[in-house]
Amino acid sequence: MDTTATFWLPAPSSTMAGQVDSLFYFILYMTTFFFVLIVSLAIYFSYKYRVRPGEEVKYKAAPTHNSILEATWIIIPTLLVMIVFVWGFYGYLRSSIVPAESMQIKITGQKWFWSFDYPEGATTVNELVVPVDKPVKLLMSSKDVIHSFFVPAFRVKHDVLPNRYSIAWFQATRLGTYELYCTEYCGEKHSQMLGTVRVVGEREYKEWLDEASDLGKGLTPAEYGAKLYTAKACNTCHTIDGKPSNGPSLKDVFGHKVKLVDGSEVEADENYLRESILNPAGKVVAGYQPIMPTFQGILKDKEMDALIAFIQTLGDK
Amino acid sequence: MAIEAAIPGNSPAGYGASALPEPNYLSATKGLMSWLTTLDHKRIGVLYLIGITVAFFLGGLFALLIRLELFSPGQQFIGADVYNRMFTLHGAVMIFLFIIPSIPAALGNFVLPLMLGAKDVAFPRLNLASWYVYVGGSLFAVYSLIHGGADTGWTFYTPYSAESASSVIPLLTGAFILGFSSIFTGLNFIVTIHKMRAPGMTWSRLPLMVWALYGTALIQVLATPVLGITLALLIVERVFGMGIFDPKMGGDPVLFQHFFWFYSHPAVYIMILPGMGIISEVIAAFSKREIFGYRFVAASSLAIALLGFLVWGHHMFVSGQSELSSAVFSFLTFFVAIPSAVKVFNWTSTLYKGEITLGTPMLYALSFLFLFAIGGLTGIFLGALSVDVHLHDTYFVVAHFHYVMMGGTVIALLAGIHYWWPKMFGRMYSHFWSIVAWVMVFVGFNLTFFTQFILGTHGMPRRYADYLPQFQRLHGFSSIGAFILGFGLMIIAIYLIASLKYGKVVGKNPWGASTLEWETTSPPHPHNFEYQPTVNTGPYDFGRETATHAK
Repeated sequence: MDTTATFWLPAPSSTMAGQVDSLFYFILYMTTFFFVLIVSLAIYFSYKYRVRPGEEVKYKAAPTHNSILEATWIIIPTLLVMIVFVWGFYGYLRSSIVPAESMQIKITGQKWFWSFDYPEGATTVNELVVPVDKPVKLLMSSKDVIHSFFVPAFRVKHDVLPNRYSIAWFQATRLGTYELYCTEYCGEKHSQMLGTVRVVGEREYKEWLDEASDLGKGLTPAEYGAKLYTAKACNTCHTIDGKPSNGPSLKDVFGHKVKLVDGSEVEADENYLRESILNPAGKVVAGYQPIMPTFQGILKDKEMDALIAFIQTLGDK
Repeated sequence: MAIEAAIPGNSPAGYGASALPEPNYLSATKGLMSWLTTLDHKRIGVLYLIGITVAFFLGGLFALLIRLELFSPGQQFIGADVYNRMFTLHGAVMIFLFIIPSIPAALGNFVLPLMLGAKDVAFPRLNLASWYVYVGGSLFAVYSLIHGGADTGWTFYTPYSAESASSVIPLLTGAFILGFSSIFTGLNFIVTIHKMRAPGMTWSRLPLMVWALYGTALIQVLATPVLGITLALLIVERVFGMGIFDPKMGGDPVLFQHFFWFYSHPAVYIMILPGMGIISEVIAAFSKREIFGYRFVAASSLAIALLGFLVWGHHMFVSGQSELSSAVFSFLTFFVAIPSAVKVFNWTSTLYKGEITLGTPMLYALSFLFLFAIGGLTGIFLGALSVDVHLHDTYFVVAHFHYVMMGGTVIALLAGIHYWWPKMFGRMYSHFWSIVAWVMVFVGFNLTFFTQFILGTHGMPRRYADYLPQFQRLHGFSSIGAFILGFGLMIIAIYLIASLKYGKVVGKNPWGASTLEWETTSPPHPHNFEYQPTVNTGPYDFGRETATHAK
C-alpha cells in the first residue's frame, strides 16, 4: 500500500486531486464542527435537564419557538452548502473539459477486463502506461454492459457505456503504479476487473511504447503467444496446468476431441481455436457457460497466430 | 373516567396490575382466521410488524453472510456468483420487503388513527388488501430466492439486468407488486388524515408523526407508479425482446437509471420521513416539552417530500448524463439538506430546559441524532460534484446510506417499537436487556459502518466479492461490528417476544406522553376509544392540568 496516503485519502497523484482533496477537507471540517456542536449540545442538555431519581416530573414553561433562531439555522447552512456547490461545480467543470494538447488512449471495458489502445498501435490489457505530467484523454466504450473506470489516486471516475463513447481525462503528477477498478457492477467477476496504471517518465514511456507496439519482436510465435496469454488476460479464465476455471484449461487441448454443450464433438485444431477466440459463443465446451467475450478487433492476425502456436505447445502429448 | 379507573391495570401509573384491560383489540376475537380477516388497523399493524420482522432477519442473514465472506480477502465461504446474489437479495429484501413498509405500514398503521382520535383508517378493507398484496409480492421475492436469486443488485441496472441468467423476472415482479401495497397504504393515510381527525384536531394540532406520515404518503402515491412502470418495462424488455433500455436493441441504459432513481430517490424519503416523525414524538415525550419550532418541523416534512422529487440525478454524476444536468441536480440536492438540518436543530433545542428521562426509546432517539447527523452530513460530500466523482460507487456511499437507512430509519423504528410496545401489547419489556441490546446495536453499528467511510475514501469499490489485501484490516473490523450488531438485534427480538408473556402490565400512559394514543387503554379498545375524543390543545401540551383530550 502507498505509504504516502493519509488517514482519509490516497496520496494525490494527478492535477485533479489537489482540488478535490481541498474541498473534501473543507466539507470534513465543516461537518465535523456541526456534528460536534449538535452532539455535545444534546449530551449537555440531556445531562443538565435530567430528571433526578426520586424527583417528580413537572412541567416548566420553556420557549417553544424563536423565529430569529430558525432563520439563523436556515440561512447559515444554506450559505455554507452553496459554497460547497460552487466549489464542487468548479472542480467538476475542470474534470469535464479535456485540455487540447492531450494524448488520446482508447479504453474498452468488457466482462471482465480492460483493454487500452494507443494511437501508435500498442494494445495492452489491464495495464495502462502513461507518461507523467502529460494530459491523457480517455475515449471509453464498453462491449457489453456498463463498466466504470476509477483510479482512486487520480480522483477520476467515469462510467463506460455500450454503444456510446464517454470521455474522461487526467494528468498524472507522480511516478508509480496505481490501482484501477471497475466501479459499476458488471456481473460475476466484477471484483476481478482490476487493472493498474503505471506512470513513467517521458523517456521510459517512449521506450515502452516502442516495445509494446511490437511485442513479438525477436520472439518465436509460441514465445510471443505465451506473452500474449497474460498480456491479453487469457489467464483470468483459462489455466495452462489443466485445472478448470471459468473456462476450460488450455493444457492438452490442441489436437484433441472436445465435447461441446450440444453433445457433439469437434477436433480442437487451428480453425476451431481461431473460431473460439473470435466467436466464443459459437461452440462452447460442455460444462461451461458462454461467458467469454469476443476478441474480434482486439487481437491482430499476428497475435492470433502466436496464441494458437502457444496453445499448440501446451497440447503436445 | 371513574369506570375506566376501576378496570385493573388501567390506573394512570399502571404498574402493579396483573391483567390486561378488557375488551382489547388483541383478545376481542380469537383464532387465526380472526387475524387473517381482520379490518382493525391495529391488528393489521401487528400483521405488518410480523412481516417486516421476518424480512428484516432474512435480509440481515444475507448481510451477515456478506460480512463473513468479506472478513478477509480471497474466497472464504461463498464464490463471487453467490456473493453477488447475496448482496442483491440483501438490498432487495431490506428495501422492498422491510424498510419501505416498516414504519408507515407497521407502526403508522397502528398509531395513526389513535393519534387522530379516529376509530380506524378511512378504508379498512384496502388496508387489509395492502397487507395481502405485501405478502403476495414477498412470495415472488421468495420464489426468486428459491431459484437461486437474482444477481443484478437491487438497482437492476440495464443492460446487465436484461441479460443476466439469474432469477430476475420473479424479483422484478415481486417489487412491482409490493409497490401497490405501498400505494394502498399511502392513499389510505392521506384520506384518513384529511377526513378522520377528531373534533378539534386541527392541522396545527396534529402530532408531528402524523405530518411525517402525511409527507410519506404523498411520496408513496406519487412516486411508486414510476417504479412500477420502470420495472414493467424491464420485464417487457426481457420477455419480448423489446428494446427500451438495452443498447443492443436500440435502447438507452441511462434512461433506465433516470426512471429508476426518479422513484428510488424519493423512496429514500419514504424510508426516513416516518422515522423523523417517531423521533419528534419520542423527544417530546421524554423531554416533557413541546417540540421546538413545531411549524418548522412540520413544514420541513413537506419540504423534504417535495424537494425529494427533484434530486434523482445526483445518483448519476458519472453515468454520462450531461454536465449541465449534473450541475442542476447537485444544486438542488443541497436544498434537501436544509429541512433535514432544521429538524435536527429543533430536536436539539427541544431538549433545552426539558425534563429529560433516558428511557430506552429516548436512548434510541438520541442515538438517532448522532447517527443521522453523520448520515446526513456525509451526504454533503456526495452532493458536491467533484468530490462525488471520487466517492461514487465506493464504500463511502455504502456507509453513508447505511447511516441514513439503518442509523436513521432502523434506529427510529427501534425507538418507535420501544415507545409504542407497551401501548400495543399492554406490557413492558425488560429494561436491563433493552439497555444491553442498545449498547450492542450502537457500538456494533458504528464499528460496522464507520470503517466503511475510510474504505471508501481510499477507493474500495462497492459490490466486490473480493478485495485487495490493503483493505483487510478495515474490512475485518467492519465484519466484527456486523456480528455485534446482529447479536444486539437478536436480543431485542427475544426480550420483546418474552415481554408478551412475562412483561409487567402497564397502564394507559407509562411514559407520561401527551398525544391522544396514550389516553386510551393499553392495549387499546377494539374501537380505539370508548368515547369520541375531542381535542382543544396542541399535541405536546404537557402543561394542561388534566387530560382535556379525551372525555
